[in-house]
Amino acid sequence: MTSAAREPARQGALDFAPAPGAAPLPRMILAQTGYELRTLLRNGEQLLLTLVIPVVLLALFGGTSLLDLGPGPRVDFLAPGILALAVMSTAFTGQAIGTGFERRYGVLKRLGATPLPRSGLIAAKTLTVIAVEVVQAAVICAVAAAMGWRPHGDPLSVLALVLLGTAAFSGFGLLMAGTLRAEATLAAANLVYVLLLAVGGVVFPLDSFPSGLRDALGLLPISALAEGLRDVLRDGAALPGGPLLVLAVWAAAGLVLAARFFKWE
Amino acid sequence: MARIWGAPVAEPSAPGPRLDSMAPPGGNGNAVELDGLVKRYGRTTAVDGLSLRAARGAVTALLGPNGAGKTTTIEICEGFRRADGGTVRVLGLDPVADARALKPRVGVMPQTGGVPGTARAGEFLRLVASFHARPLDPAALLDRLGLTAHARTPVRRLSGGQRQRLSLAAAIVGRPELVFLDEPTAGLDPQARHATWELVEQLRAAGVSIVLTTHYMDEAERLADHVVIVDRGSVVAEGRPAELTGAERQLRFRARPGLDLEELLSALPPGSAAKESPAGHYLVEGEVEPELLATVTAWCASHGVLTEDLRIERRTLEDVFLELTGRELRS
Repeated sequence: MTSAAREPARQGALDFAPAPGAAPLPRMILAQTGYELRTLLRNGEQLLLTLVIPVVLLALFGGTSLLDLGPGPRVDFLAPGILALAVMSTAFTGQAIGTGFERRYGVLKRLGATPLPRSGLIAAKTLTVIAVEVVQAAVICAVAAAMGWRPHGDPLSVLALVLLGTAAFSGFGLLMAGTLRAEATLAAANLVYVLLLAVGGVVFPLDSFPSGLRDALGLLPISALAEGLRDVLRDGAALPGGPLLVLAVWAAAGLVLAARFFKWE
Repeated sequence: MARIWGAPVAEPSAPGPRLDSMAPPGGNGNAVELDGLVKRYGRTTAVDGLSLRAARGAVTALLGPNGAGKTTTIEICEGFRRADGGTVRVLGLDPVADARALKPRVGVMPQTGGVPGTARAGEFLRLVASFHARPLDPAALLDRLGLTAHARTPVRRLSGGQRQRLSLAAAIVGRPELVFLDEPTAGLDPQARHATWELVEQLRAAGVSIVLTTHYMDEAERLADHVVIVDRGSVVAEGRPAELTGAERQLRFRARPGLDLEELLSALPPGSAAKESPAGHYLVEGEVEPELLATVTAWCASHGVLTEDLRIERRTLEDVFLELTGRELRS
């Protein structure tokens, strides 16, 4: 019996004598990040949300004249909006649903019993979101470029917008995951995603709404991110103040509320 | 050493070792010390002035009916819940205030769940191992628990017993000083139960302190150095298994139903008791000495009754448990 022959050798490696100790924090965070990325990339629904839907919307509305997207090349309007949508899908929708079910199934509690501190878990989740966003941006930019997109503008402004947007969406995603039942989070996060996709200036220009409503919609985090990215990538603006301010307020509110109300189990 | 409230106390058959003598030189002798622990959920008092000591290097078993407060007590020790009253010391530290220092030293196996369904078994164990400075080899540990063939299986496709074993592996992979196992063998088949018991014995032999909860009396009798029976949020009895069961014996036999037990009792020494339950199954309790056995068999012979399966037994932990916590069903 091969298993019987192998057992003593393998079990020789098991010394149960206590030798406790935590790994260095950066190593724990990297391990958790790698783990979150692997499980996320294996999850088909997640890939649909983060990659398939944005790319399909970009190709559909960029390649047809179904919508009036205003003057200029259609892709110049669409690509920044789709990038904003990608940030929302990963930082908000995906994170809210994933974390909500982790909480429901006691995974957060169980991880809380390991040496990985909660701040380390949040850091790992943030790194995971950023890594996914990098992949999304690469794919979306490649598709847009194939459609003739030639963005200009200041990369640092883009980075500032995306990071603030990520912070704002993560804050509210975690707030939802940490306070609602997992099923409620699933429904609400998807509803918010669809609503903000419709009214947040992602693919439907805000100009098509009545003016009073348009100003209010412009204060949504998705609109601020989409419009800010358009200001930079299409119009060449540097550090668009209005959108950055709106996103900063949303980010501060979301993170403070999440830190205050998040329940780990 | 045995403290029993509200129940007749069997004298210890032998003086137990003083727990203090297990203390490592210069160290605190107890892995866990709880004094007057109180935890309320709304109007329900889940833990009501519970005190206990779990010695280092020993296996301490918390026994009790459902809702007795075992899991709440364990979760307070793990730092998941705050006590409303009393003091908690785990490895001499406060589970909440000293959480950072304690987490690497304490392994936790929760009662259910906690292992993400999308992860693969081996992947999850490697992840938990990577949080520790000197972990066990995850592959060797999977092998020890018979999970090697399932290393690449997503957790949601493991059987309940396989998940339990993975959860146990995750609790010990960091080579902790102390592990809390909340019903470690619930739902396991006999093979897996025995494998788990052997692992617990191996951990104990290596110097790990273990605190576990269980519903299984045989598990407590086999594994525990110290058994704590908990009911309605406080300790109703504790001691070594042999102390709790005591030296008391009972005589059981089978015979035709409907023997006149009143008549039998009149032949027995005072203080004896006899009952028939179920029909045809007889139990005689009291000072089971050679003459009592002779009296019972002589009485049966004089009535032309043939006894079958006649045997003399010690009380089991289950007898003690039912005596202390009653027989009515708990929610």
